[in-house]
Amino acid sequence: MDAIILQILNGLDKGSAYALIALGLTLIFGTLGVVNFAHGALFMIGAFCAVTLSRLLSLSHKVEVPGAVDFLGNPQMRDVPYIYDLFGESLGAGIIDWAVPLSILFAIPVMILIGVIMERGLIKHFYKRPHADQILVTFGLAIVLQEVIKYYYGANPIPTPAPSAFVGSFDFGALVGFEPRTIIYPYWRLVYFAFAALIIGAVFAFLQFTTFGMVVRAGMADRETVGLLGINIDKRFTIMFGLAAAVAGLAGVMYTPINSPNYHMGMDFLVLSFVVVVVGGMGSLPGAVLAGFLLGILESFASMREVIAIIPGINQVIIYLVAIVILLTRPRGLMGRKGVMED
Amino acid sequence: MFGLDKKDASLLLIVAALVAFAPFLLNPFPEGSAMAQFNAGYPDLMQRFVIFGIFAIGFNILFGLTGYLSFGHAAFLGVGSYAAVWMFKLLSMNVIPAIVLAVATAGVFALIIGYVSLRRSGIYFSILTLAFAQMSFALAYSVLTPITGGETGLQLALDDPRIFGSATTADGNIPVPGFFGLEMRDSAELVFGSWVFTFNVGYYFAAIIMLASFYLSIRIFRSPFGMMLRAVKSNQQRLNYTGLNPRPYTLAAFVISGMYAGLAGGLMASMDPLAGAERMFWTASGEVVLMTILGGVGTLIGPVLGAGLIKYMENIISKINSDILHSWFAFLPDGLEDLIVALIYPFIGKGWHLTLGIVFMLVVIFLPGGLVQGGQKIAAMFGRKKAEKTENATTEPAE
Repeated sequence: MDAIILQILNGLDKGSAYALIALGLTLIFGTLGVVNFAHGALFMIGAFCAVTLSRLLSLSHKVEVPGAVDFLGNPQMRDVPYIYDLFGESLGAGIIDWAVPLSILFAIPVMILIGVIMERGLIKHFYKRPHADQILVTFGLAIVLQEVIKYYYGANPIPTPAPSAFVGSFDFGALVGFEPRTIIYPYWRLVYFAFAALIIGAVFAFLQFTTFGMVVRAGMADRETVGLLGINIDKRFTIMFGLAAAVAGLAGVMYTPINSPNYHMGMDFLVLSFVVVVVGGMGSLPGAVLAGFLLGILESFASMREVIAIIPGINQVIIYLVAIVILLTRPRGLMGRKGVMED
Repeated sequence: MFGLDKKDASLLLIVAALVAFAPFLLNPFPEGSAMAQFNAGYPDLMQRFVIFGIFAIGFNILFGLTGYLSFGHAAFLGVGSYAAVWMFKLLSMNVIPAIVLAVATAGVFALIIGYVSLRRSGIYFSILTLAFAQMSFALAYSVLTPITGGETGLQLALDDPRIFGSATTADGNIPVPGFFGLEMRDSAELVFGSWVFTFNVGYYFAAIIMLASFYLSIRIFRSPFGMMLRAVKSNQQRLNYTGLNPRPYTLAAFVISGMYAGLAGGLMASMDPLAGAERMFWTASGEVVLMTILGGVGTLIGPVLGAGLIKYMENIISKINSDILHSWFAFLPDGLEDLIVALIYPFIGKGWHLTLGIVFMLVVIFLPGGLVQGGQKIAAMFGRKKAEKTENATTEPAE
C-alpha cells in the first residue's frame, strides 16, 4: 500500500507538468485550431524567466570589508547584492532565497506578451493553411527560440534552487498514519502539485464563471456564430493564446527547482505533452488534465523495480504504448468530443 | 531514355553530372586560401550529401505524394544502420549483404509501424509515428543493449565471427567495409596547381546508389501508383467514394520510403561501421522533415537540394568562428568591424541551428514550395521580362 501511494505521489509532479503544458496546448487548439509545436519552448522560456529573475536579484557590487586585508595588503572586497542596499540585509537575502516563487509575478506579464506577439505576428497568418504547415512553422519557431536561449544562457543546465524553507523532504507516511520513514517526499514536489492544481482550477474557473470565459467557450463551440453576434472573437482568442503561454510559462517557472533548466527541456516535454493531448482528446480541457496526471502516474508505476523486473524497459515506453493503444481503440481520446479531429 | 520523358531524363542527367563532378564543383577554392573553408569537397561531407539525399528522397515519396507527415522516419534509418553493422560483424565486410539486409529490415519495420500508424491520418499519424520512433530510440538505448550496444553504440570488434571474411586484417586490425576489394575509405587525389581534388570510393559507391534511387523515385512519381498517391493527398474521401481503398497505396508508399531510409542507414554504416541510438532520436526525424521542406516538398529534386543545403550549413557554417569573421571585415574601421561581427556572430559557429530555424521559418511562411518554388519564381520573373521584351519587339498584337 505504501509503495502504491509513493508511486502515485512520484507521478504527481511530472503529471502536473504534463497537465499544465497539455492544458495550454489544448486551449490553443480549441480556440484557434492551431497545433502549436512551439509550446514546449514557452515552457522553457518560463523556466528561464526564473533564471533571469534570480540572476537579476543577485546582481551585486563590491564593497570593502572593514579591517580585513588580503595577503598583498589590499583591502578585502566582498560582493553585496544591490537588493541588500534597498531592503537591508535580512530581507534582501530572503528575497533572493524566494527568487523562484517571485518569478511567477515576473513571468506572467512576460509570457502573456510573448504569447500575444507570437499569435499576432506569426500564427495569425496560418489559420487558413493546412495543419502540416502550422506544425512546421511552429517547429521552426521552437528551434529559433531554443537557439536564442542557448546563445544567451549557454548549453549547460543552470541550477535554480527552491526557497530554503522547501528544500529537503518530509515524512508523508507518518502524516497519514503509515509506519514512519516509508513514504518520504520532497516538499517542493508537493508545492508544485498544489500550484498546478491551483492554476488548473483558476483556468477552469475563468472559463466557467466569467463573461469573458463564456464568450471564449461559445467561440470554441462555434466561432462563426459568435462573430456574427458582433463580438470580436479574434481579440479574445489572442488573449487566450497569451493565457495559454502564461500557463506553460508558469509550469516552467515552478519546475526549475525540480529539474535545472536547459535550452532543450521544452522539446523534451513537448513530445510527451502532445502524446498527453492526444490521449486526453484533442480540444478537451478536462481530458488534457486527466491524461496528464494519468500518464505521469503510470510512468512512475512503470519505473518501479518490481515492474521493470517483469517487463524490462517498460518505464521508457509506457507513455507511447498507452498513446498507441488509445489512438487505435478510441480515436477521439479519453474525453474528446465526437467529430473533433477524429479522422 | 530509361522510360523517362525528355524533361525528366535531362533532370536525371544533370543530377548525374553534378554528382559525378562534385569533387570538382564543391572544391572551387584553392587549398590554403582564405575561402578554402567553404570547400565541401572532402569525402566525409560528400558522402553525407548523397546519403541524406537518399533519405530525403524516400521521405518525399511519403510526405510529398501522400501528404502524410511522418515524424519518426529516423527510426528506419537507425534500424538500417544496426542491421548493416550486424552484417559486418557476422558475415563479412562486403557492403552488399549489409545494405540488402538494412533495406529489408527497415522494410519489415516500416510494414509493421505503417500498418498501425496509417489507421489514422493528419496530426494523429504524425504523433503515432513519433511515438513509435521514440519507443525504438528508448528501447535501443536501454533494454536492447545486447543488440544495439546501448549508449556506446554498436561497434565492430576484433573477435567478431565474420564467417565469410577474415575477423582481422593481416596486421591485426579490424577490417574496413569494402565492395569486392574496393575499400570504402580509399581515395585518389588529384593535385592541380594549388587545388586538391579527392575522389573517394565510398562517395562514388553511395552516389551511384543515390542516382539509382533518384531514378526510381522519378519512375514512382510518374507512375499510375504515384498518381494514386497524389489522389490520396488531394482528396481521400473522394477516393473512398469511387470505391478504392487508399490504405494499401499509402502503406506501400510508407514501406518504400522506410526502405529508402534503411538504405541510407545501411550506407551510413558502410562508410563508417558504427551505429548509435541517437540516429533514431526524434530530432533526426525532424531533420529530414526540414530537408524536404527546405528543398521543396513534392518535387523531384527538392529533397536532394534541401539535404545538401542543410548538411553544408551544418559542416561549413558551424566552422566559422569570430576570428575568421574579424579577418573578413578587417578592411572596415574598427568600431564598425566589431559591430558587424557582433551582429553576425550569433548566427554562425555553434549558432548555425538558429540560422537554420530562421531560414526554415521563412521558407514555410513565404515559399511553401521550398527552394524549387523559389527557383521557379525567379525563373518566371526573368521569363516574363523576356516575354515582355519579345512582345515589345514584335509590333503585331499577341492575338
